[in-house]
Amino acid sequence: MRAYLIRRLLMVIPSVFLISAIIFLLMRLVPGDIVDGIMARMEESGEVSEVDETILQRQFGLDAPLIVQYGRFLGVAKQKDGVFAGLAQGRLGISWHTREQVTQMVLAKLPVTMELGLFSLIISQLIAIPIGVISALRQDTAADYLGRSFAILFISVPSFWLGTVVILFASVWWGYLPPIRWTAFADDPLKNLRNIIVPAVINGLLMAGGTMRMMRTMMLEVLRRDYVRTAWSKGLRERVVVYRHALRNALIPVVTIVGLQVPILIGGTVIIEQLFTLPGMGQLIIDALRRRDYPVVNGVMVITSFTIVVVNLIVDITYGIIDPKVKYQ
Amino acid sequence: MADRGIAGADAPTQTKQPSKFTTFCKRLVTEHPLGTVGALITLVLLLTGIFADYLAPFGMNETAMQYRLALPNERYLLGADELGRDVFTRIIYGARISLIVGLGATILSTAISVLIGMVSAYLGGPVDTVTQRFVDAWMSIPGLIILMVMVTIVEPGIVSIIVVLGISTGIEGSRIIRSAVIAIKEDAYVSAATAIGGSTSTILLRHILPNILAPTIVLFSLRVPGAILAEAGLSFLGFGIPPPYPSWGGMLSGDTRWHMYAAPHLVIWPGVALAIVVYGTNMFGDALRDILDPRLRGGAGRFGGGKLNKSTRQRLAQLNGSVAAGGLNGGTAPADAAKTSTSARGQP
Repeated sequence: MRAYLIRRLLMVIPSVFLISAIIFLLMRLVPGDIVDGIMARMEESGEVSEVDETILQRQFGLDAPLIVQYGRFLGVAKQKDGVFAGLAQGRLGISWHTREQVTQMVLAKLPVTMELGLFSLIISQLIAIPIGVISALRQDTAADYLGRSFAILFISVPSFWLGTVVILFASVWWGYLPPIRWTAFADDPLKNLRNIIVPAVINGLLMAGGTMRMMRTMMLEVLRRDYVRTAWSKGLRERVVVYRHALRNALIPVVTIVGLQVPILIGGTVIIEQLFTLPGMGQLIIDALRRRDYPVVNGVMVITSFTIVVVNLIVDITYGIIDPKVKYQ
Repeated sequence: MADRGIAGADAPTQTKQPSKFTTFCKRLVTEHPLGTVGALITLVLLLTGIFADYLAPFGMNETAMQYRLALPNERYLLGADELGRDVFTRIIYGARISLIVGLGATILSTAISVLIGMVSAYLGGPVDTVTQRFVDAWMSIPGLIILMVMVTIVEPGIVSIIVVLGISTGIEGSRIIRSAVIAIKEDAYVSAATAIGGSTSTILLRHILPNILAPTIVLFSLRVPGAILAEAGLSFLGFGIPPPYPSWGGMLSGDTRWHMYAAPHLVIWPGVALAIVVYGTNMFGDALRDILDPRLRGGAGRFGGGKLNKSTRQRLAQLNGSVAAGGLNGGTAPADAAKTSTSARGQP
């Protein structure tokens, strides 16, 4: 177990390197950097020379070779002013638009997205697990068909449409409007919950479809195992067989699914935040992309993907704790 | 079952001797009523997309200001939008976009998956390790965000959406192909081909590829609804098909949102069309998987021994389970990086 833990932790290092390299190269592929933009605007108001361009490029540090720029981004090469300010130091650069520290900007938005994501996840599990279990226990009955139909329905309905329809009809029928102002949980928990509940239910509902099908499949597989048959033939009550023998084992792969769902969750929250005007990471990256504020885009990508790496690490370790059958080579 | 009636009408049994296609259709209709409904929906999407010009009562961007925001009436079946354009017409043309993007992106994505997966699994060793670490890293970046950034790089448009979606989901899907190849690469016929001196490309194309056809087709069919949903989601966010071209996702965004309280039909029908198509392609894909490769089926818990190793099957089951969210995510992470790559390598 300990050797596995160490090896698993060490595996994080190459993935962090590779992720940052992919993000860095992706951002370099963008045609037309900030310098081109400023030059175009300067051209409108007067003459510009080659010298201006070099000065600007030096200002933004774009004159250095690519590898040096990557080194600066990682924080292993010195910036122009001779200090290390990169990933290693927890710095993600400065917004081209507002001159703020990107790290601060992203961290300010992170709680909203995290809260939305967490609530969505909880709601989706609360819906998916019971329905999936009932569906498997009553296979090929009306309840099963109903549960499966719901799962397929949730899978097919796009979140931006469901969200729109909910906003539309709730406002027509009950005069509900998504709150315009965001209230942090620490300031006013009740108001905050009112902010988050509708978006979280929509997001959670649509995420539940996949988990529901997975839960049903796993439960069906476990119910056919020998130890479950033994439990039945011992004359145990249904509740004991289902909870103690079947569900516990069927839930294990579902834990992995939670880990896999995090990237999906982040994608989903981008859309939900847009719909309900929640000031989270989704809004931040969309605004940044529209303004071509690439350091911010960069920052959001780095933080979200590192979050995913950490969540996967936690899931892998949890897996070992809850499932004693897992052997670490 | 209730939908047998509808299903029966579909049975294309005109051919005299039972061909593979006829057998497939018979099995589809008799064993998978929901899959038949899905096949019908897919067929309708296909025909609507192809014959949009003949089916649409109006021009795609034909405006009539006097009918601005008209509610559904005799002239405009589903009403008119804020520029007096027929919503029904635009939904029909939207089907064409969904069709082109759904098929185009999935073809590209599957091709990339097969290429990466086959080479990575067959060559093994350092090539495999490096490729897999790269795929891991790629899958750690949220799909929707990577799609938005890539679209910004190449400028929005139908071709760029196809390319971006194809590349992004193709890299992820390579996992499934890789584990399928690993499961068969030690088989006798591969060893025989190697022994008689077949080149790597010959072995890959003549011996490996035909034997991973089933998971490839399944991967393809499960990816279509995801691609359609991803395009709609991107267009909704303003990173997809640029207006005035009608995309079902784009029809719900922009100026439309200001008018939705006065004219709810503007936002309701494109979403209904989208949901029906995603449902249909999903169901058809499921049925296709059950018929083509029953071992992949998760539904009945029939995980028996077989050509494909367990991780392939689990991965496909997971992929199948998370198509929805995957659509907006631009693809799901079908397998847990670290664990499955080690377990798959452990297999013969």
